[in-house]
Amino acid sequence: MDFGFSEEQGILRKMAHDFLEKEFPKTLVREMEEDLTGFRSDIWKNMAELGWMGLIIPEEYGGSSCTFMDLVVLMEEMGRACLVSPFFSTVTCSFVLLDAGREEQKKEFLPKIAAGEKIFTLALTEPSATYDAVGIATKAVEDEGQYIINGTKLFVHDAQVVDYFLCVAKTNPLSPPEESISIFLVDAKSQGIKITPLPTIADDKQTEVVLEDVLVPKENMLGELNAGWPTVRKALDRAVIAKCAEMIGGADWTVENCVDYVKERVQFGKPIGSFGIIQHYLAEMWTEIGHAKRLVYHAAWLIDQGARCAKEVAMANARMSEVYNRVTRTGVQIFGGIGTTREHDMGLYYRRARQGIPLFGSPDSCRERVAYEVGL
Amino acid sequence: MDFKFTPEQEVLRKAFEDFCKEEVKREPEGWIGGLAAEESDEGWAYHRSVVDKVAGKGWLCLPWPKEYGGHGHGPIEQLIFNEVMAYYRVPALPFHFMTVAAGIMEYGTEDQKKEWLPKIARAEINWAEGLSEPNAGSDLATVSTTAVADGNDYVINGQKVWTSGAHRADHIFILARTDPNEPRHKGLTFFINKIGPGIEFRPLIFMNGSHFYNETFIDDFRVPEENIVGKINKGWYVMMAGRNYARANIAAAVSGKRDLEDLIECCKHTEEGGEILARKPLIRQKLAEFLIDYEAAPKFAYYVGWLQSKGKDVAAEAAACGYYANELNLRLANSAMEIMGLYGTVTKESRWAPLYGKFQDLCQWHSGFTIAGGTTEIRKNVIAWSGLKLPRS
Repeated sequence: MDFGFSEEQGILRKMAHDFLEKEFPKTLVREMEEDLTGFRSDIWKNMAELGWMGLIIPEEYGGSSCTFMDLVVLMEEMGRACLVSPFFSTVTCSFVLLDAGREEQKKEFLPKIAAGEKIFTLALTEPSATYDAVGIATKAVEDEGQYIINGTKLFVHDAQVVDYFLCVAKTNPLSPPEESISIFLVDAKSQGIKITPLPTIADDKQTEVVLEDVLVPKENMLGELNAGWPTVRKALDRAVIAKCAEMIGGADWTVENCVDYVKERVQFGKPIGSFGIIQHYLAEMWTEIGHAKRLVYHAAWLIDQGARCAKEVAMANARMSEVYNRVTRTGVQIFGGIGTTREHDMGLYYRRARQGIPLFGSPDSCRERVAYEVGL
Repeated sequence: MDFKFTPEQEVLRKAFEDFCKEEVKREPEGWIGGLAAEESDEGWAYHRSVVDKVAGKGWLCLPWPKEYGGHGHGPIEQLIFNEVMAYYRVPALPFHFMTVAAGIMEYGTEDQKKEWLPKIARAEINWAEGLSEPNAGSDLATVSTTAVADGNDYVINGQKVWTSGAHRADHIFILARTDPNEPRHKGLTFFINKIGPGIEFRPLIFMNGSHFYNETFIDDFRVPEENIVGKINKGWYVMMAGRNYARANIAAAVSGKRDLEDLIECCKHTEEGGEILARKPLIRQKLAEFLIDYEAAPKFAYYVGWLQSKGKDVAAEAAACGYYANELNLRLANSAMEIMGLYGTVTKESRWAPLYGKFQDLCQWHSGFTIAGGTTEIRKNVIAWSGLKLPRS
C-alpha cells in the first residue's frame, strides 16, 4: 500500500506548478475568459515542449508513455491554475484514438497531438444534454465510400480552435442505441460545419456545432461500425477522473487561500481564523476533500491497472463534484464580500465548480449508476 | 500510488477472516457489534470467549515491539485486523487495554513491563477507564480527582464518569492530580490498580436503556506506589502514549459499512405501497450516497495508517478520520430509520422490528459516539490547530 506520489510525479507537479504560475497568472485567466477562443498558441507550444499533450501517449507514437496517475498530477495543477486551454479536450480524444484507432490512424495523429500540432475535441453531447447513447440523434449515412453527417452537437468544448472533431453519430437507426453508434474523425474545416459560441457560467469555451451534410471519407471511421459506444464510455471514464483531478486542484487552492486569508483578516480585534466557526468550516472542507481524494485516486489507480471501474468512477464523480461545490461555496463565505466580486480569484473557482456538477452526468445520475452497479 | 496489500498482508487478512467466519456462528441473536458486549451477560460471555481466542493467537499485540512479546507489525496490519473484526462484528479487543499497554511500554519500569504486559497480552485483565470527570470532559486537563502520598501508597479521592464497562471490569486506571499547584495537565499522574475498597460504581443508564456507562465514586482508594505508570506528574503523557497505536479509527467506518449492507438487503426485500424499497429512486439515491461515503471512509483510515507508517504526525488526519466516520454512522442510522418508516421505530422485543430494531438502537448509540473519546467539535479544533495551523484562542 502506498498512498503517496512518486518522486517523478513530484517533479512533474512542481514543473507544472511553476510553469502555470509564471505563464498563466490569474490576469491571463481573466483575459482568456473574455477571449472568444481562449487559446494562446505560444503557451500551447510551450505545453507541448514540456511533453504534456503526449504524456499518456505511448513512446512509439511520439509520447512519453506516462501513467494515468501522472495525468492526474498534471490535471490537479491545471485545476489549481484555472488553466483555460484545449488540453483536456485533446487528451480525451487521444484516449479514443488509442483505444479505437487503426494503426495508421494512430501513427498519423498521435504524434501530432503529442507535438502540439493538432488539436482535437469530442463532439459527443447534443441538445438532449445526456451522456447516454440514447441521446445521440446525429446521423451518419453511408453514401458511395463516404459518410454524410447531419445533426447538432451541443456543449462541445473548444470547437473554434480544433483541427479535428471526434464526432459521435448514429449509424444504425434500428438497433438499440448502444449498438448503433460510430465515431468519425471529422476535419474541422469541412464544408457544412457551423460553430456558434455557447456562453456558460465558467466561460469554458463551449459551443454549438451544427453539421449539415458534412462529408467524411469512410476511412475516417474510428473503430468498427456501430461499435463506437463502448469506446466512448471508456474514454469518458478517464475524462471524468481527469476532471475530478482538476477539481482537486481547485479545492486545494480554496482551502489554502482561505487559511492564509483568515490568519490575516482582522475583525473584532482578532484574526477571523481564531474564531471557532471559521476554524470548523475549514476543518470540514479539509476533511471532505481528504476523503474525496481517496475515491479519485482509487479510480485513477484502477484505470492504470486496466481494471473495471464503472462504480468507482461514478462514486468519484458524484462526490468530488459535490465536495468542490460545497468547498467553493464556503470559500466565498469565508472571503466575505470581496469573494463575490469579479476581481477576486475565489469566483473563478466557484464558477468552475458549478460547471463541474452536470459535466459527464449529474451527481444524481452518478449515484443511480452506483446503485445499479451494486445490484440495487 | 498503490492500493494493493502485500501478499503477507493478504495472508494475515485471510487468517483474520477465517477466524471471524467461525466465531460469528456463536454470535448472540440480534447482535449489533462490540458495544453490545457490556450490555448483557450473554454479550459479555461472547466477548470474553472471543478475546481469549484472539489473545491465544497473539493478535492482541500485533503492533507491540517484539521485546514485549508483540509482532512488531505496522499500522496497516493493525488496521486490517480492526477492519476485519469490525466487519464481522467480532468483539475481539478488550476494552481500553491498549491505553494501559502503550503507557507501560513507553513509560513503565522493567518490573511493571514484566508484571503487566504478559497479563494484558493474554487478556486476563478487564479495564475500567478512569479519565473523564463531571467537570473534566472535553477539557480533560482540568481533572480534579486527587492522589496524596501516604507511606508507600497513594490515596485517591474524587469522581469519574463515563466509566464504560466498569461493571465488567476487575482493574481500573485513573488519571489523578498529584500536584495541586501545577496547572492543568502538568500535575497529573497515571495509576493502575485492581478494583477494591474505595471504588464504587453506579450505573449511568444510556438513553436506550442500556447499561454501558457508569459513574465512579472514589473514596480513599489506596494504590501502591509501584502502580504508578511513568513519573509523578507526568501521567498526561502516559495516557497519550496509547494514541500512537491505531490512530485511524477504521472500526467505526467499517461497522457502519456493514450496517449499510444490512440496510440495503432489507430494502431489497421490503415493499412499501406495492413497490420494493430498493426500486424507489429516492431511496436508491440515499443508499448510493452512503455507499460512496463508506467507500471513502475506510480508504481514508488506511491513508492515515500509511502516513503514520511514514513517521508523519497524523493528529489532524486521525481527527478527520474519527469525526467523519462517527458523524456518518449517526447519519446512516437516522436515514435508515427514515427509510423504514414506522417500522424503523420498533424495538427488538417485537416480532415487527426490522433487523432486530437495530437502527433505532444505533441512532441512539451513535449520538454518543460523536461525543465519546473526543467530540466532533474537539476533533475539528485539532484539525484547525494542528493541521491548518490556525491560531488557538
